[in-house]
Amino acid sequence: MAFNSSDTAAFKGVWVFCEQREGVIMSTSYQLLSEGRKLANDLGVELCGVVLGKDIKEEYLKALGGYGADKVYYCNHELLDVYTTDAYTKVICDLVEDKKPEIFLIGATNIGRDLGPRCAARLHTGLTADCTHLDVDVAKYKEFLKTTSTIDVDNTVFEENTNLKMTRPAFGGHLMATIICPRFRPQMSTVRPGVMQTQPYDEAGAAKTVIENVNVALSKDDIHVDVIEVKKAAKKLVDLIGADVVVSVGRGISKDVEGGIKLAEELAGVLGGVVGSSRACVDAGWIGADHQVGQTGKTVHPRIYVALGISGAIQHLAGMQDSECIIAVNKNESAPIFDVASYGIVGDLYKVTPMLIEAIRAAKAAK
Amino acid sequence: MKAIVCVKQVPDTSGVVAVKEDGTMDRAAMATITNHDDLAAVEAALRIKDATGCKVVVVSMGPPPAEGMLRELLAMGCDEAVLVSAREFGGSDTYATSQILAAAIKKIGVDDDDIVFCGRQAIDGDTAQVGPQIAEKLGMPQVSYVAEINVDGKAVTVKRLLEDGYMTIKVQTPCLLTCVKELNDARYMSVGGIMECYQKPLEVYNYETLKDDPLIDVTTIGLKGSPTNVYKSFSPPVKGAGMMMEGADKATVEKLVSILNDKHII
Amino acid sequence: MDLHLSKEQEMLRKMYRDFAENEVKPLAEWVDENEAFPEETVKKMAKLGMMGIYFPKEYGGAGADVLSYVMAVEEMSKVCGTTGVIISAHTSLCCAPIYENGTEEQKKYYLPKLCSGEWIGAFGLTEPGAGTDAQGQQTTAVKDENGNWVLNGSKIFITNAGYANVFVIFAITGITTDKRGRKKKEISAFIVERTDPGFSVGKHEKKMGIKGSSTCELIMEDCTIPADRLLGKQGKGFGIAMKTLDGGRIGIASQALGLAEGAIEETIKYTKERVQFGRRISQFQNTQFQLADMHAKTEAAKWLVYSAAMKKQNHEPYTMDAAMAKLVAAETASDVTRRCVQLFGGYGYTREYPVERMMRDAKITEIYEGTSEVQRMVISANLGVN
Repeated sequence: MAFNSSDTAAFKGVWVFCEQREGVIMSTSYQLLSEGRKLANDLGVELCGVVLGKDIKEEYLKALGGYGADKVYYCNHELLDVYTTDAYTKVICDLVEDKKPEIFLIGATNIGRDLGPRCAARLHTGLTADCTHLDVDVAKYKEFLKTTSTIDVDNTVFEENTNLKMTRPAFGGHLMATIICPRFRPQMSTVRPGVMQTQPYDEAGAAKTVIENVNVALSKDDIHVDVIEVKKAAKKLVDLIGADVVVSVGRGISKDVEGGIKLAEELAGVLGGVVGSSRACVDAGWIGADHQVGQTGKTVHPRIYVALGISGAIQHLAGMQDSECIIAVNKNESAPIFDVASYGIVGDLYKVTPMLIEAIRAAKAAK
Repeated sequence: MKAIVCVKQVPDTSGVVAVKEDGTMDRAAMATITNHDDLAAVEAALRIKDATGCKVVVVSMGPPPAEGMLRELLAMGCDEAVLVSAREFGGSDTYATSQILAAAIKKIGVDDDDIVFCGRQAIDGDTAQVGPQIAEKLGMPQVSYVAEINVDGKAVTVKRLLEDGYMTIKVQTPCLLTCVKELNDARYMSVGGIMECYQKPLEVYNYETLKDDPLIDVTTIGLKGSPTNVYKSFSPPVKGAGMMMEGADKATVEKLVSILNDKHII
Repeated sequence: MDLHLSKEQEMLRKMYRDFAENEVKPLAEWVDENEAFPEETVKKMAKLGMMGIYFPKEYGGAGADVLSYVMAVEEMSKVCGTTGVIISAHTSLCCAPIYENGTEEQKKYYLPKLCSGEWIGAFGLTEPGAGTDAQGQQTTAVKDENGNWVLNGSKIFITNAGYANVFVIFAITGITTDKRGRKKKEISAFIVERTDPGFSVGKHEKKMGIKGSSTCELIMEDCTIPADRLLGKQGKGFGIAMKTLDGGRIGIASQALGLAEGAIEETIKYTKERVQFGRRISQFQNTQFQLADMHAKTEAAKWLVYSAAMKKQNHEPYTMDAAMAKLVAAETASDVTRRCVQLFGGYGYTREYPVERMMRDAKITEIYEGTSEVQRMVISANLGVN
């Protein structure tokens, strides 16, 4: 029977694309499985992980069960070792056409954002990019809106359905939009890395999970690109997403770029964190792009976020405003960063930061 | 050989962002710019033109005022422009948009040695979907997140960014590349280019122009043909006010640290 | 007079602004502090056609009009007075006299090199004993037995001199007697190249403002140039110099206009941020009225400048218009930048903010290419007041 994406009743189950690089499953996959588990429970359906690769260790596949997967579709093929759009799209679309999942989540990594749209276009279905929140249940969605929106939820009419409600920021976070894909299946979504919480690993789930080896129909003729090499960045990139403390610098360091970054490094050192930055500093070439926090950079929610000389453009705020404690130092008292800051100091970062470093050192020494 | 570059005019969100009472963006009240990644795509195409003398055609889907942006791209050195504009195309999501743009690119004509360029993503939607979806609709290979391009006849070698490094990929024309703004610094319009840009060809493709393409079907384009719809849109609430410290001297900093200490934040 | 900019002019303005903001502004402080001629910026401007904006394409120009050129000088000067005067001196004082007075061969040879920025141009009229009084010239040019011209003398305060390849030089070629029997110096114009034998660039002046502009002495010691370097007819040099300065004044007026506008922009930004007595200083009526006055004056100057440019474009007489534009724009620039420094208070006097530089840069616009007093002489003479 021909595949028909508009025959919505024929689709069942929640899938998560579990991306691997060099044979190792990426942590985004665990976040997505944890989120997918909730959706699958609300719908009363199975949660499946989909892994494409070559000779992936079985323990890695089993581990997906520990984060909620009932089943793992494992597509093992030599041509799936390194990602290519053509091979991955073909294998995934074949599998979707065969098994017909109703929801398909993909991590919004550089690879996920290449793969997702190509698959959606081939399958003739909708794809919502870079989602930060997912719901199927209207009541749960309303609860979510109560804390995250200005909508008067109790006096607003919501259409009752179990469509996947995919919420994402638009215009750099000025607006939020919840998107649905009511007429086609699967309902596809790419999800921002670092946004969904990973649930604790469950040994029993891992033991229970079923690994199904998928028969992969793939040949070299299906692939129209040659991957000549895959190279890791020489320099160790900063792990902003995993950091407990982020000390970021902004345009305010223009007076003495080196000095400003040095102060941030020192403060980060005292607090046990890493250095982040606003887009302005990256664009000016003062600091590497891997340090960038914000809409076009990384989304972080550390325990402490210190903003030094960052005015707080909305694009930056979008990437850090959910941090637990935000401390902002800026010369300009009307800087928007102070609107989201837990603590604000209006002053010169070159004067305030050294005092802050000293005071924190003293406080730590006193313990 | 020619380069076809897809570009989008977007609201300039670097300044003040105007939001209407119903929570939607007040586009009319905002300045418009050419999307950053798309400018990198235009520059990439123009550099190939500098080296090979190939033709560069820019294509944009949008309302009639997008002509202004296209004229600016012609002033940078592009040779021809196509504005895809029709009421029937309005409200398209990425899927529907890619169908329309793919039809427009087919109408422009894709030769064996052509390259289609897109920006990675637009700053208003940040979806990064339209490029790959056009590639699928045109049945050509794609490489996204392109940060370096070398063209040697029909062989194109590109550097594709990953979060933790990059891939070097070789692909044959015709192909589609989506470019990141880090790829290059787009050139300025030149005085001479500006003086010529209103004499260069700019064609408008409307529904009539494209309707015979199988991709253009009322069930797959525009608001009604889009697979995705907006269920709700809303503004995030303003976060509760934090605490502004008095002064910026040693006493202030020590007070802050003692608060942080008391709350076990440090 | 149509005060609406064409679509092309609107687009040019946008391009100039973009370029000024991204390429010129970040260097302005460095250029000033180091008295550095912004060579790289000039190359970039040349690539975009900004070194020959209003000359026809057949001579390598960009084919735009005089107003488009004025806007370029204005926009660059908003962020860097040095960059503004480099374009102005090159275009108005070197390209223009060659374009307007040169033979076809001269135009075909020099203009493409100048318009593409491969060569930079300068203008040598002023001498130690002859500034505003052009008749006080001492430099001579004599024909030798081979028909070459041999120049002797020196010029001072020559803008772009250290980096220029081509100079339009004025020299005495004889003594004539006018109708009333008075003896007058016959002045002629020449095109001199930097590499010509006997030509050298002398000492570099240390200036109060526009510090990155290269202002030097030119020395000609038996400087020998071929006969075909005579620019215009022999004896017509004084007229060429005066006409060239009419055009040059529009350029300097644009520079002054830009400086005033730039200082106002900086001051508006600053007064909205700076808090005193618990209020932003933009909330004080003094700030508001000062800025209102400054803006109104600057806009008035702008229309004088633009109107002079349009008259030049339309080949209408514009000597008095250029003089009025320069007088008003220069005095406005000096006044406005001084008042802006005052609104900045102590910070305005420091080099942390650009307004003190703008104030220093503005002063020269009242002096070079005819002092304000000379402009008043030109205007009153045109009014028949004598």
